[in-house]
Amino acid sequence: MKIGVITYPGTLDDRDAQRAIRLAGGTPVPLWHADDDLKKVDAVVLPGGFSYGDYLRCGAIAAQAPATKEVIRLAGQGLPVLGICNGFQILVESHLLPGGLIRNEKQHFVCKDQKLRVENNQTSWTNMFEKDEEILIPLKNGEGGYIASDETLKMLEDENLITFRYLDGNPNGSLNDIAGLTNKRGNVVGLMPHPEHAVEPGFGPDTKTAMRSGIDGLKFFQSVLQQVVNA
Amino acid sequence: MLGKKKLEPSGVDTTAMATTEPEKEQPWQELGLKQDEYAEIKNILGRRPTSSELAMYSVMWSEHCSYKSSKIYLRQFGEKVTPEMKKYLMVGMGENAGVVDIGEGLAVTFKVESHNHPSYIEPFQGAATGVGGIVRDILSMGARPIAVMDQLRFGAPTNPDTARVVHGVVDGISFYGNCLGLPNIGGETVFDSVYQGNPLVNALSIGSMKHEDLQLAKASNPGDLVILFGARTGADGIGGVSVLASETFESTGPTKRPAVQVGDPFAEKVLIECCLELFNSGVVAGIQDLGGAGISCATSELASNGGKGMRVQLKNVLLRDESLTPEEILMSESQERMCAVVPKKKLKEFEKIVQKWEVEYSVLGDVIDEDRLYIKWGHEEIVNVPPRTVAHDGPIYERPVKLPKYQKALNKDSSSGLARAKNASELASQLMELIATPNQADKSWITAQYDKYVGGNTALSMPDDSGMIRVSEESGLGVALATDANGKYSYLNPYEGARLALAEAYRNVAVTGALPRAVTNCLNFGSPENPEVMWQFKEATAGLADACLELGIPVTGGNVSFYNQSGDIAIYPTPVVGVLGVIDDVARRIPSGWQDDGNNIYLLGETFDELDGSAWAKDLHDHLGGQPPKLDLAKEKLLAELLHGASIQGLIESAHDLSEGGLGIAVLEASLRFNVGARIWLGDILDRDQIDQTAALFSESQSRVLVTVGREDDVKFQALCEARGVPCLRIGVTDSTSGLVEIKDVADLKLEDIRTSWSGVMSELFG
Repeated sequence: MKIGVITYPGTLDDRDAQRAIRLAGGTPVPLWHADDDLKKVDAVVLPGGFSYGDYLRCGAIAAQAPATKEVIRLAGQGLPVLGICNGFQILVESHLLPGGLIRNEKQHFVCKDQKLRVENNQTSWTNMFEKDEEILIPLKNGEGGYIASDETLKMLEDENLITFRYLDGNPNGSLNDIAGLTNKRGNVVGLMPHPEHAVEPGFGPDTKTAMRSGIDGLKFFQSVLQQVVNA
Repeated sequence: MLGKKKLEPSGVDTTAMATTEPEKEQPWQELGLKQDEYAEIKNILGRRPTSSELAMYSVMWSEHCSYKSSKIYLRQFGEKVTPEMKKYLMVGMGENAGVVDIGEGLAVTFKVESHNHPSYIEPFQGAATGVGGIVRDILSMGARPIAVMDQLRFGAPTNPDTARVVHGVVDGISFYGNCLGLPNIGGETVFDSVYQGNPLVNALSIGSMKHEDLQLAKASNPGDLVILFGARTGADGIGGVSVLASETFESTGPTKRPAVQVGDPFAEKVLIECCLELFNSGVVAGIQDLGGAGISCATSELASNGGKGMRVQLKNVLLRDESLTPEEILMSESQERMCAVVPKKKLKEFEKIVQKWEVEYSVLGDVIDEDRLYIKWGHEEIVNVPPRTVAHDGPIYERPVKLPKYQKALNKDSSSGLARAKNASELASQLMELIATPNQADKSWITAQYDKYVGGNTALSMPDDSGMIRVSEESGLGVALATDANGKYSYLNPYEGARLALAEAYRNVAVTGALPRAVTNCLNFGSPENPEVMWQFKEATAGLADACLELGIPVTGGNVSFYNQSGDIAIYPTPVVGVLGVIDDVARRIPSGWQDDGNNIYLLGETFDELDGSAWAKDLHDHLGGQPPKLDLAKEKLLAELLHGASIQGLIESAHDLSEGGLGIAVLEASLRFNVGARIWLGDILDRDQIDQTAALFSESQSRVLVTVGREDDVKFQALCEARGVPCLRIGVTDSTSGLVEIKDVADLKLEDIRTSWSGVMSELFG
């Protein structure tokens, strides 16, 4: 099962995303931003980082890259796409998901272990979760405040497109505590927190039982593998 | 061709003019050179320098680049070593960073460097480019940078200027480090009014590589091309090292802000990936990063290190600002630039890789088999010097040293006269007061602004005692890193202060289960032109070198920052010492806090009545005097060996070192880490060590560690301590249900209350 991970100039979490795919049982395929060949992968991850230095607007330049254009095209045909942090920003800039992301409410970059509620487990990337399951994965961003028009927010709520909501405090001022979204088809998911940093015991968030033992992020990648197998 | 076009002179000062106009007035003084240094340059060249040569010599002979006041003392780090200590040392001092063998064919390189002066003038850019600079040092050894740490000293927290510096520095480190994708795994933050006009911003980076990937900064093959790549050269940071880092601040005079460099972490991130691909493809024969002194440094050092010469066409430098003069180009400290030496036949391959990463480059010249650095500006020669005289044979000073006038009185003024708590409730309120002082309080307001996760290999980070990074995903092999410096101790006794800094960093590595292997340092001091400061420096370097020899771990490199002084007020001598440890499998690492219920809590080591220079004396009584705690390094070594042994046998559930604030603070920190309380009794300590409760809670006696042991391992653990001769006393039991830290005969403290006092301090001060 091949899952592509796109590297843009300034991408940081590409190797982490590849590791997460490997640990979930998939085969990671490195993809290059300037190359519109997605190498026939079964799904794509747009990882976190500061593509193009966040110049212009976070994700705005990356949204124009040849590889992204191909992602947009194939997403329309149902290719599972996960955008994490900067990847979420790219999905929003690509109009695969609605709304926008602005500077954190408190103006500081924030890195913390964040509790989320899974609001929608009917997507390519969340089908292994229970509905309303509470999970803990790292969050790290400077521009993670989700904004959208009232109309869009209503549509997101009504159509159950909000995939994750922040619990125990909103870390960046996101409207409606939105941490992540999906599209109507459920193949495209974007979120600010980082599932790829909670996949391996010893290197994830602290849990009640042991230091850095949280691996709630693994199910994102297992979900897509399971879906592709079943497809 | 219609015949040779006559070349017009451009007006720049050429080597020809230096001979024909020997008496020309030159601004050597403004560039920071002393009269005898200027005379020496003329002596070397047999004529006056051109203005470009003068620019080069002035930056390269600055204190920052030449180590002219410190060199005679730094030699000890290379001399006080045994062959055994060099066993793991692949590259020692003098290169961009030291390289240490960690086994399995892998090596790490690490170094800490100061960016103090720029960070006071322009805190954001100063701190940001401090991170950028040290990361390029690590990269230029051929390593992939894998983590950063920072060591910060700020003025009094309530002084309004402190907030300006704190916000700027933390934002700068966060901005640059996060954008580079390097986890920030630890550091130090200390507040003291002595740093008010001279905050310290030290940045550490570590990188990993395979043994065979090692790169060196040298140009040794004539014919190879010299290529500058990365960002374009601009007017930023001109004379940074000579203007900023090599003299004290005066309150009057023009602003020095333009001398601070401006950073672009995106450019650096791309440069890192580009360089690693260049190294991998084997197209680079030598590499040097551009930091202080820019092109002057890179060209002269590459040539000097390779024992060869170089021809450079300065007009080939890609500029951000076309109006720059050749002197400015030579001195510019524009960031995110590297200089590579590339064999001619590899040029095509080189170009392919840099173009892939969309990095700009230009060929400046080539390596020649002659002991000469020639630099041309178009058709005119503006530099013609022996490279070694610029890069390595700068002046060396043996500056006068003098015991400070205040020293005797300071050492006599012990803390023994300070009032101690008269009863249990006073003692308890002192402990609660101390945990809420800015120096002991929760620093997550700072550390939460740093990405600690990126890379997926962070095994420990703040607030644990060391940072720890996995280097091999296959085997789990990793490294632990801790840095420490107690400026108060060093002020009381610089020799002991440096030893104590090493001991604490060593202990912080040992408590994680790693074995200490190598040392780096960043020596922050006042003006070397002040004999009293020079005495402190002499003492501190001797103390550190002696202590390294005693512990058997070598100094691999470091940095000196002088002139941390405003007017007559110098900072405390602050020798930041970093210790690197190796752990065969990071899965074995020991947490610093308590997680389980019912574990026995042991205090390892003895407690003496040592409150001089302590947090209790300084932060609760505003007293600093006497002598710092005694240090027996043989005990420290024994303790580290015990911890390593116990960790291998899996006997220890947690280990936390005792340092500032003593046992009292260590107990609270171990509790706060995972929100697990404890019942503690001090009675046995008082009996065995013949001290009172104040000393038991607040003494800063060395070589002590708090460990917890599961009941099933109790007998084994005690036997191990006895066999190794490490004093071991059971002083309590962890309790995960009470929500209390009960200190028998003192107080029952609610964990919730402790957390509230401890965690709110920084955000209250800085928003």
